Amino acid sequence: MTLMPFVFHGCLAVRELVGPEAWDARALLEGVGQVSDEMLFTHTAGTMLRRPVQGDAWPNDFALWAATELGDQALAERLAMVDVFDAGSLDALRANLVAVLEDHLHRGPVATAPVPAREPFVFLRSHVVPVPLGVTASTLREFRDGLAVVDASALFYHVVEVRYRLGRDRGDFAEWTEQGLGRADLAERLTRIDAHVGSLERIRDRCLSVLEDALVTS
Amino acid sequence: MAGPVRITLDDYRAVAPRGAVDFVLRLAETVRGRRLVHVTASRYGGGIAATLNRVLPVVNALGVETTWEIIVGTAEFDAGARSLALALHGTEQVVTEAMLERLHATCVDNAARLPLEGDLVMVHGGAPFLLVDRRPDAGRWIWRGHGDLSAPQAQVWAFLRRFLPRYDAAVLSRRSFAPPLPIPRFLIAPAVDPLDDRNRDMSRLEQAQRLDRLGVPRDKPYLVQVGEFTRTQDPQGVINAYRLVKKRHDVRLVLAGPEPSDSSTVLDEVREAAQADGDVVPVVLGGAADADLNALERGATVVVQKPLRADFALDVACAMWKGKPVIGSPVGGIPDQIVPHATGYVVSTVEGAAFRLRNLLNSPELIGRMGAAARETVRHRFLITRDLADHLGLLAHLTK
Repeated sequence: MTLMPFVFHGCLAVRELVGPEAWDARALLEGVGQVSDEMLFTHTAGTMLRRPVQGDAWPNDFALWAATELGDQALAERLAMVDVFDAGSLDALRANLVAVLEDHLHRGPVATAPVPAREPFVFLRSHVVPVPLGVTASTLREFRDGLAVVDASALFYHVVEVRYRLGRDRGDFAEWTEQGLGRADLAERLTRIDAHVGSLERIRDRCLSVLEDALVTS
Repeated sequence: MAGPVRITLDDYRAVAPRGAVDFVLRLAETVRGRRLVHVTASRYGGGIAATLNRVLPVVNALGVETTWEIIVGTAEFDAGARSLALALHGTEQVVTEAMLERLHATCVDNAARLPLEGDLVMVHGGAPFLLVDRRPDAGRWIWRGHGDLSAPQAQVWAFLRRFLPRYDAAVLSRRSFAPPLPIPRFLIAPAVDPLDDRNRDMSRLEQAQRLDRLGVPRDKPYLVQVGEFTRTQDPQGVINAYRLVKKRHDVRLVLAGPEPSDSSTVLDEVREAAQADGDVVPVVLGGAADADLNALERGATVVVQKPLRADFALDVACAMWKGKPVIGSPVGGIPDQIVPHATGYVVSTVEGAAFRLRNLLNSPELIGRMGAAARETVRHRFLITRDLADHLGLLAHLTK
């Protein structure tokens, strides 16, 4: 029996074009240095909300742009490996992006003449609208059942948004399983799920595996 | 064959991603009681009119009072509005001061007549654009620009731009379509309706009957491009790619498009190619062609969309929804829909298209895998349920 039920929330991102525009890697570097933390989040972890099943696509907008518009495969690959999940904070994310771009601009052919892109990179801001999904859980089984049916955006909201943008340490799932269910072991396992597995549906699968295990063994 | 007359949100449960319909229901609860007004130039035709016809009953059933108003004017106004639409999309037109003044006057007349009080008023396209000059103070007014508006005709844009600050925001379909604006710009990609005639499930029998009637033999695999018989759609480029493929693979090429509005040399050229090679099959579609296109796409092995210039090109998503890999050109919204190497390929040349086609035809298992991924991509990103959620989200955000 638990004291506080878990209330599943989904979310939706209203995307707003705000600029600046970058036509080459140098301008992208300047943009990355200027824009808000929130906008960096939008273009990195935030992209998961727009591709809940495509785990093998470029994992952030910067890498996608470098590959498709700039035609710079090397830069795309390096940017693909920069994410807030490894960086741990948005400050660190920005520092890592700046480091990759600076390094790339100081060596190779782009050092002397950055190549212009086919289309510019335009910075976006996402206005996240949380939506209570009307699904609650008071037991581990209800939690598993709820997680299996809710919209994929719930994974984004409870695992990615609250943890990496709103700064709630472990994410809502781990927090509730420990505080609500008294299952520190489960919280630990849920915390360890790598949000960089590629897609929200893969995160869901991993979470469900952990919960299934817990149900079998409890 | 007509689809269901009246669609409800529940009808989409079978095709939308898990939880997506409930998400829309819950999102609608957060904006229940608010009033949304759409204004367009017509209630008929494809594009936004088709979408609104489907979506309006659904949104109203969710408790969000939604109305749809039409701007009306004289034949001269209609002609001016058509020129305006083309000019906004970058096709140079002769647009006189008198035409612009007539557009303005018609909008002023309509503004006095139409019930335009809403929490959110969404004005679609160019014809009703100037209604905003007589907007009430209450409510939020949004201009919804469809298609590529990045390079409008300067003279026309200079005139319209004066009125833009009267809007609270604009909604565009993709980043590159957005002109610089003095108001906030939001992005909502268009979507396909999986239950309409173009995309609904179709029995093999119906598919076969439709292909037979269209004159498309079913004895060997075929590639298809759907698009008008114009230079912009580059059917010649597709034929050239097919010819490179044909050296190694016994396939057909179907080029399907509507009857050209004027005497088309492009269609003549395609017919000439078809005379020289019986495996090139031009299909000129009649008026209500959605179900025929559905059958053509379902029967194809690989779909090609290789225009030289395009708006969002939702034909790509339509083909992907039928589980087909798509080889497309890097124009308009095509790169937004194809996930390279996962659901198809983005190519810039005839040779690139031929190379990818041959690659796919040599790997039937890859066709299956990419087709399945293509359908899932559309399910999550380009279905009308996502579009509905995006619009409700915008309503929630702008009227909170």
